[in-house]
Formats: sequence, structure tokens, C-alpha cells
Amino acid sequence: MFKTQIIIPLIILLLWLVLAILSPWLPLDPNHIILPNILQPPSSIEWLGYDDLGRPILDRLIMGARTSFFVSFWVIFVSLTVGTLVGALSAWFGGYIDFIFVRIMDIFLAFPGILLAIALSAIMGPGIENVVFALSVVGWVGFARLTRAQTLSLKRREHVIAAIALGVKTPRILRYHIIPLLLAPLIIEATFGIAGIVIAEAGLSFLGLGVQPPAASWGSMIRDGTSYMLVAPHMVLAPGFTLLLVVLSVNILGDKLRDLLDVKNHNT
Amino acid sequence: MLSFLFSRLLSTLTVVLGVITLIFLLIHMVPGDPVQAMLGETATPTDLESLRQALGLDQPLLTQWWLYMSNLLQGNLGDSLYSKEPIIDILIERFPATLELALAGLLVAVLLALPLGSIAALRKDSIYDNGAMMFSLLGVSIPNFWLGPMLILLFSLTLGWLPVSGREGPLSLVLPAITLGTALAAILARMVRATLLEVLNEDYIRTARAKGLRESAIIIHHALRNASLPIITILGLQLGTLLGGAVITEIIFAWPGIGQLTIESIERRDYPLVQACILVISLSYVLVNTLTDILYAWLDPRVRYSV
Repeated sequence: MFKTQIIIPLIILLLWLVLAILSPWLPLDPNHIILPNILQPPSSIEWLGYDDLGRPILDRLIMGARTSFFVSFWVIFVSLTVGTLVGALSAWFGGYIDFIFVRIMDIFLAFPGILLAIALSAIMGPGIENVVFALSVVGWVGFARLTRAQTLSLKRREHVIAAIALGVKTPRILRYHIIPLLLAPLIIEATFGIAGIVIAEAGLSFLGLGVQPPAASWGSMIRDGTSYMLVAPHMVLAPGFTLLLVVLSVNILGDKLRDLLDVKNHNT
Repeated sequence: MLSFLFSRLLSTLTVVLGVITLIFLLIHMVPGDPVQAMLGETATPTDLESLRQALGLDQPLLTQWWLYMSNLLQGNLGDSLYSKEPIIDILIERFPATLELALAGLLVAVLLALPLGSIAALRKDSIYDNGAMMFSLLGVSIPNFWLGPMLILLFSLTLGWLPVSGREGPLSLVLPAITLGTALAAILARMVRATLLEVLNEDYIRTARAKGLRESAIIIHHALRNASLPIITILGLQLGTLLGGAVITEIIFAWPGIGQLTIESIERRDYPLVQACILVISLSYVLVNTLTDILYAWLDPRVRYSV
């Protein structure tokens, strides 16, 4: 039971990931407009049908996966690096540094959900780089708060106290004695983070603030599809189910990972 | 309680100051010249200069910040570039719709989560538990900008039971509230389950059982009552997700609230109005969080003393 619950979501995720990575070498035609095919429903030739401009939906879904994974990778990379650094330094040095960093984290946490990302993408203009920037600005705080809390408790562990007593330098203690022990909770946070970022990127594109046409995103595909729900429901069903399946897979894997690594005091 | 109140309000004040400063700085993140971006390519140099002066963008940054702050304290948010009306009037007109939607979403979340979470906890590892947790997993995974259109497709376009969009009468609130509340319901159902499971293991529950109390009395008076504290806190903290999600929900259902106003002003490059919308939503969130904390401390003395 436990195994199938991991294998199915893993296969779904890997499938989309491989398709996204290999997409430049696949015979795809995501931007090719074929007028006679406009709004054509799924058939044996084109499995998922065509959109309102006569473009093949499956090809566009694969390009959308590319957008999604590209954004997720970079946002996690940036947020994880900045967040871990800020959190660890804040907890390690304490005092004024901690006071200031905690206030900064509080300010960023005061923006509800996706709102700050909407504001930033709106102000800086659409485009995939700006989406990465906007979501990283929102994303680093979670990692920083988690790292800070964990480091505060790790700081009092015997092996760290021993290292301090031996005169080991701070960067070395952080690198070898603190950060490796932070990895498990950070990996779990990052896994759930991916689910959030995939939805957020699609949400921004849904609002017209993400990647720009003709580039494909699952979010902008859903937005285009909502105008044709009665005549061509496949246009909104295909990207929606893909998005749901991918996010669901990530969340299931996150759950299982948490059970596996058994991290306590984590309540989402 | 007084010292807790004081320290909590002080930290709220610093957060509010920081939030306002960050929103103030937003306009300076516009690539190139923000005034040019707002007026477009066709603007004459005189137009540019007069708007720059009107917004105070020709002043040094610190002076601008001071001006923004002092205007804000007097309730003056400037005028909309698009409609020329005072921004504060536009916000007052739009805010009730968002509040109504958020409260309805909250209600949906509580009505779904309480029974689902309780049943899951009371019948742990049963088919009910698995079903409730599956719902919870689906609920957090389904994006509201897809759930909304799907509900419209089913209940409005196919069955014709509910209006497609707009804000006319209580029926028009049903689909937006479900769209907004589902994710929160999913998170909350998990929390209710986890909290109840913890509480059910406490000694006082065993005592209540030992003295022969009815199971329903144990659950309502002893278990749910003690579980309500953490649940209230989570509700307060998750309200931010609700307010953020309101932006997308309002767009889907053409709901005339602050969220729709935000996106409209983004499209019109009415940046002062965008700033004001973000400010209102964020400050409401900070306010709710502070009130939740105070309420929690008032209900549970342990919180007061630990600060």
C-alpha cells in the first residue's frame, strides 16, 4: 500500500519532468496555428484536441510543463539559499542581528499568500524572470523561519557546544555541524514549496501576469479555456487536470516523505 | 494581560510600518521611468512633469516616504489616475464585497472542516478517515482558478441552478464562497483531526469516560472545547490565504471587490491605486492576525506568560 502510494505520483511527476526536459528535442509544434483545426475536440490523431487558435493542446501542455518546472526549480533554489542563510545567521548570532532579521521576516509574512507576488509581477511587468523573482521574494521567508527555529535548538546540542569549545570557526560549524542536520525538514518544506510554486506560477499566468503569449503556461491555458467552456470543454479540462495531477502528486510525495523522515513539530 | 497587549501591539506597529514602507517602495521597482509607464508612450514632457510633481516623485526618496506616511495618516491616498476620484472613496465602495466574500469563504471552510475533521479523528484509520483525508489532499491541490470555472460549468452553464458571475443576491455568493473556501477547508480539516486526536489522548478524556459520561458529551464539552483554541488560531492565520485567494476568485466571478479592483488597476497601470489595494488587503490581514493573537492570549493564560 505504502509503495503504490509513492510509485504512482512519482511516475506522474517523472513523466512530466522528462517530457519538459526533452521538449526541445521532441517533434512538438506548440505555436503552429492551423485554422481548420480551431477548437477541434480530442481525436485519435491529436489526443487532447486543439485550442482556439488551432494549436495542438498536448504540445502546449508539454511546453507549459517546461515553464512550470523552470520556475519551480529557480524559485526553490533562490528561496532555499537565501532563506537558509538568513535563518541560520539570525539564529546563530542572536542579539541585534536576530532582532532585525526576525522583524524583516515578520514584514514579509504580513503579506497574504500570493498578493505580494501579484504586486511585484504587476509592477515589474510580465515575463518568466520576473515571475521567478516575485515568487522568490515571497518564498524565502518560509525557509528562513524554519531554519532559524531549527538552528536555535541545534545550537544547544552537545556536538555543537563541543565544536565551539574546540575553537572551530563559525562558517565551519554552520557548514558541517548545523546545516546537514537541517536537511530533512528543509527537503520536506521544499517539496511542499514546489506544489505551492506550481500553483502560484499558473495563478499569475491565469491573471495575465506570468509568461507572455505565445509561450505556454498551464495557467494561461486555463484562462483561455474558460472562454470556450461550452463549445470546447477540453481546452479547460486538459490543463486543469494536468495541473491538479502534478500538484496532487507533489503533495502526496511530501506527505510520505514527512512520514518517512518523521519530522516533528511540522503542522501543515 | 496588559504587558502582553503592549508588546503585541508594539510588534504589530513595526510590522505595519514595514509593510507600508515596502508598498511605498513598489512604485520605484517599475523598470525605467514609473511616470512614463503610467502615462504611456503618447504623453508629452509637460504631462510627465506635472504627474511627477503631483506624485512627489521629483523629491528625494526620504522626503517622498515622509509625505506618503503623513498623507496616509490623514486618510489621504491620493487620486486614481484613471477615474480621477479619491482612492479612499473607491476603496470604501469596494471593500464590503471583499469582506462579504471572505466571511462566506470562511463559513464554507468551517462548515466543511469541522464535521470532516471530527469524523476522521473519531473513526481514525476507518474508511471515513481515509475519505476525509483524501478530500483534504484534493482540496489543497486543486487551484481555485480551475475549481471556479469547473463549478460554473457544472452548476451555472449545465444545470442552470446558480448565476455565472456578478454580485446580485445571496445565490450569486454560493459558488465564489465554495471556490474560495475549499482550500482552507482542506487545511482546516487536517488541523481539526490532528488537534482532536491529541486531545482525545489526554487524561481528562479518560477521566470523563471513566465516570460514565456519554460519548457525545465527552466530544462536545471536553474534546472539541479544548481543541477549539488551536483551531481558532489556525483560522486567523489562514485568513491571509483567503484574502490572497480572493483576488483570483473575484476575477473568475466578476465579483466587484478589492481583488478585482487590483487587477483592473494593474491593467490600467494605475499604480497609486494598485498600491492602495495591496495596502488595504495586507493591513486587514495584519489586523486579523493581531486580533487572533490577542484573543488566544485572553482565552489561554499560558500564552500570556510565555511571552
